[in-house]
Amino acid sequence: MKTFMLPEFIIERSDERCIRCKVCERQCAENVHRYDEELDMMFEDEMNCVGCQRCVVFCPTNALTVRPHPSTYRPNANWTRERLQDLKKQAETGGVILTGSGNDKPYRIYWDHLVLNASQVTNPSIDPLREPMELRTFLGRKPDKLDIEYSEDYEDVDIETELFPNVMIETPIVFSAMSYGAISYNAFKSLAMAAKEYGTLFNTGEGGLPKSLREEYGGNTIVQVASGRFGVDPEYLNVSAVIEIKIGQGAKPGIGGHLPGEKVTINISETRMIPEGTDALSPAPQHDIYSIEDLSMLIYALKEATNYEKPVSVKIAAVHNVAAIASGIVRAGADIVAIDGLRGGTGAAPKIIRDNVGIPIELALAAVDRRLREEGIRHKASILVAGGFRNSGDVIKAIALGADAVYIGTPALVAMGCTLCQKCYTGKCAWGICTQDPYLTRRLNPEIASRRLVNLLRGWSHEIKEMLGGMGINAIESLRGNRDHLRGVGLEEWELNVLGVKGAGE
Amino acid sequence: MVGPAKFSLRDMFLEGVRPLKKILGYVEINGETARIDAGELKHKEVNDLLRYVALNKIRRVEVINVTGQRYIGTRLHIPNPSPKLEIHIYGIPGNDLGAFLDGHRIVVHGNAQDGVGNTMDDGEIVVHGRAGDVVAMSMRGGKIYIRDNVGYRTAIHMKEYTGKIPVLVIGGTAQDFFGEYMAGGRVLLLGLNLEKGEKHKAHYIGTGMHGGVIYIRGKVENYQLGKEVGIVDMEGEDWKFIETHVKAYCEYFKRDFDEVMSGNFMKLIPVSKRPYGKIYAY
Repeated sequence: MKTFMLPEFIIERSDERCIRCKVCERQCAENVHRYDEELDMMFEDEMNCVGCQRCVVFCPTNALTVRPHPSTYRPNANWTRERLQDLKKQAETGGVILTGSGNDKPYRIYWDHLVLNASQVTNPSIDPLREPMELRTFLGRKPDKLDIEYSEDYEDVDIETELFPNVMIETPIVFSAMSYGAISYNAFKSLAMAAKEYGTLFNTGEGGLPKSLREEYGGNTIVQVASGRFGVDPEYLNVSAVIEIKIGQGAKPGIGGHLPGEKVTINISETRMIPEGTDALSPAPQHDIYSIEDLSMLIYALKEATNYEKPVSVKIAAVHNVAAIASGIVRAGADIVAIDGLRGGTGAAPKIIRDNVGIPIELALAAVDRRLREEGIRHKASILVAGGFRNSGDVIKAIALGADAVYIGTPALVAMGCTLCQKCYTGKCAWGICTQDPYLTRRLNPEIASRRLVNLLRGWSHEIKEMLGGMGINAIESLRGNRDHLRGVGLEEWELNVLGVKGAGE
Repeated sequence: MVGPAKFSLRDMFLEGVRPLKKILGYVEINGETARIDAGELKHKEVNDLLRYVALNKIRRVEVINVTGQRYIGTRLHIPNPSPKLEIHIYGIPGNDLGAFLDGHRIVVHGNAQDGVGNTMDDGEIVVHGRAGDVVAMSMRGGKIYIRDNVGYRTAIHMKEYTGKIPVLVIGGTAQDFFGEYMAGGRVLLLGLNLEKGEKHKAHYIGTGMHGGVIYIRGKVENYQLGKEVGIVDMEGEDWKFIETHVKAYCEYFKRDFDEVMSGNFMKLIPVSKRPYGKIYAY
C-alpha cells in the first residue's frame, strides 16, 4: 500500500562541510543515510528518520541538521499534524499505535506551579559546603513507637522494639524499573553500576536479574514481581534489597505488557526463563490478586520467601482513587507504596493509553500522603513516586509534598544518551539503550554510561542540598511532607486544596 | 477527618506471633525426622519451625493438625545447599502452599486451598484430595499431583525454560480459564471422576496460551477451548510422557494404571508462540 504519511524529520546536509566519512551511515539504525560511490555523494531517506540525533552528534564536521519536517497540513487546532498522521498510520495497518517514553501532551505540570521557600533574616540558611547536610533516606516500614532501654549507668542505649527491615539510600533518588529486554544489557548494567557506586538502588523491572549481576549488584536491586512472573526464582528474591510487586505503570495503567518474540533473544530468554522467540506476555492483572486481601497474600508470600528480611513495595499507577488504593496497600502489609504518574515512561505502550489514562503524580502524591496521615498509617510505609521528574527541583518539591524518595527513569536514560525520540518499541535504538542488536548495544560502554549516571546523581544531590540549606533545613527528613515550604502559583483553588499548599503570598 | 486506624488488616493477622524460642515446644525432633503440632500455631510460626528443622538438617517432617496456615514450605530457600525436606501435612494447609518452593517435597494428606505451588521453582507437591483456585500459577519447575478436582484459573502462565519443565497432573476436572496465558510446562488433566460421557467443567481452556502442552483425558467440546489453542495428534513422545506421569499418579493415589490409560487422550498446543503479535502498528 502506498503510504500517505509525511516524513517526521527533515535532514539538511551541508555539502561544503560533508567530508564523506560515512559516520552517519554507520551510526543510523534506520538506514537513513546512504553513500553513493559513483557520485561520491551522501543521500538520505527521510521517511525512516526518527530524529534521534545520533548522526548529528557524531558528524565530525557538524554538517548535519535534523529538525521536524516543515511540510504540514493546513493548520488546524483540532486536527493537528500528529492526529492526521496517526489516522493515516492506522488506516494503513489496522493496528494499535505504539509509542515509547512518557506522555508528551500538554497536561499541566504542577511542579512548574509550585515554588519553594528560602530563609531570609528571621531564620538562618545553612551552607551545605561547610555544614553537614543529610540526604540519607531509609525505605521501609517504621515502628509505631520505640521502646528504649538504658543500661544502669545510662551509658548504653538499646532499642527494645523489633524493627522492620529498612534499606538505606544515600540520596532520595532511585532508578526506575527498566527491564533487561526493554533495555540492553549494557544499559541495565550501567544503572546497576551507578546505583552501587552512589549507594542507591536500581529496579530490575519484570525481566529478571541476569545471574552475572546477582552477586555484585544484588544489594542495590529492587526486584520486581509482576503479572508475568518472569525470572522470579528464590535466589532472585533473596539477593535483592527490596522486592516490588508491580500492579501498574503510569504510562499504561490497567494493561499488561508484551515483549515481542523477536526481542526474546537467547540472553533475554535465559534471564526471563522463557523459551527463545516466544512473546513475553505480562497479563493485565496478576491472576492471584483480585482484591486487597489477595495482595496481602502475595506480600506475605514474598516476605515468607525472603525470611522477613526485605521490605516489600507495591507499585501502582496513579489513578482516580489512588489514595484509597494506597491505604489498602499499606493495610495489606506493604512496606513501600510506589506510585507512577501520568507522565511515567515506558519502552512500549499503546499511545492512546499513554496519553489519556491516569492522573498527574503531583496530585496523586499529595492525596496519598494526606490520606495515610489522616488514617495514622503514614509511618507504616515509605512513599516512592515516579513519572516525569525532570530535575532536582521536581525531586525536592515531591519530598515536600510527602514522598520519601523519587524514581527517575527518563533522566537516567537521557544521561546515557537517549534523546526521547519515542521509538523504544522498535528495538532499534541508535544509542544502544533500548535494543538487543549487538551492533547497537556495543555503543553503550557501561564504564562510561555509569559515570554519566553517577554525575547526574551527584549534581542533583548537590542541588538538593543547596535548596535545603536555603530553607534552613539540614536533613531531608525534616522536609518530608512539609508543605509549608511550598506555595502555588497560577493554580485554582481545588488544585491548591488537593495539593494541600497555600497560594504564593499567603 | 478520619480518626486514627484502630487496626491494620495484617497487623491483626500477625498479632501474637511468638518468637522462635517460645514455640520450640511444638516441635519434636527424632534423629533425622521431626513432628510439628500446628494446632495452635500461626502461619509464620509454622514456617519458623519448618525453617528451624530444615537448618537442623532434618530430612522428613510431619506437620499435624494443620488448620489453614498459609505459605507452608515457602521460607525454605536456604543458601548453603542443604538436604531437601520432605513435609507431610495432616489437615488442611492454607493458601499459597509451597509458593516459591525451592526443591522440597510436600505431601498433603487432605485437601489444599488456593494458590498451591504459586511461582514454585522446583520440588514436588502431592495432594491427596482436591485443591482450590490458581493452582500452579506461574510455576517454573517441579511437579504437582492433585488427586481430585482443582478450581478456577489453574496453570495460569505456567512457564518453562530449557530443561526446566514443570509438570501438573490433576486426577479430576478443572474449572474455567484452565491453562490461560500458559507459556510452557506440561499439564495432564485426567477427568477420572467424570461420569461416562460427561464433559470437563472448564471453559476458556488455554485462552492466550503461547507455550507448553495440555493433555486432557475425557470429553471436551470445541466451544470449551480458547481461540489460541489447537488439537493436534499424539506422538510417541506424548504417550511416553503420559505413561510416566499416569504411573506416578496411580502409585501415589492407588489407582489402576490400565484403567486410566484406557481413556481418550487429546493434546492441546498453542496455535502461535505469538498470539498477539499482529495487533500493533509500528
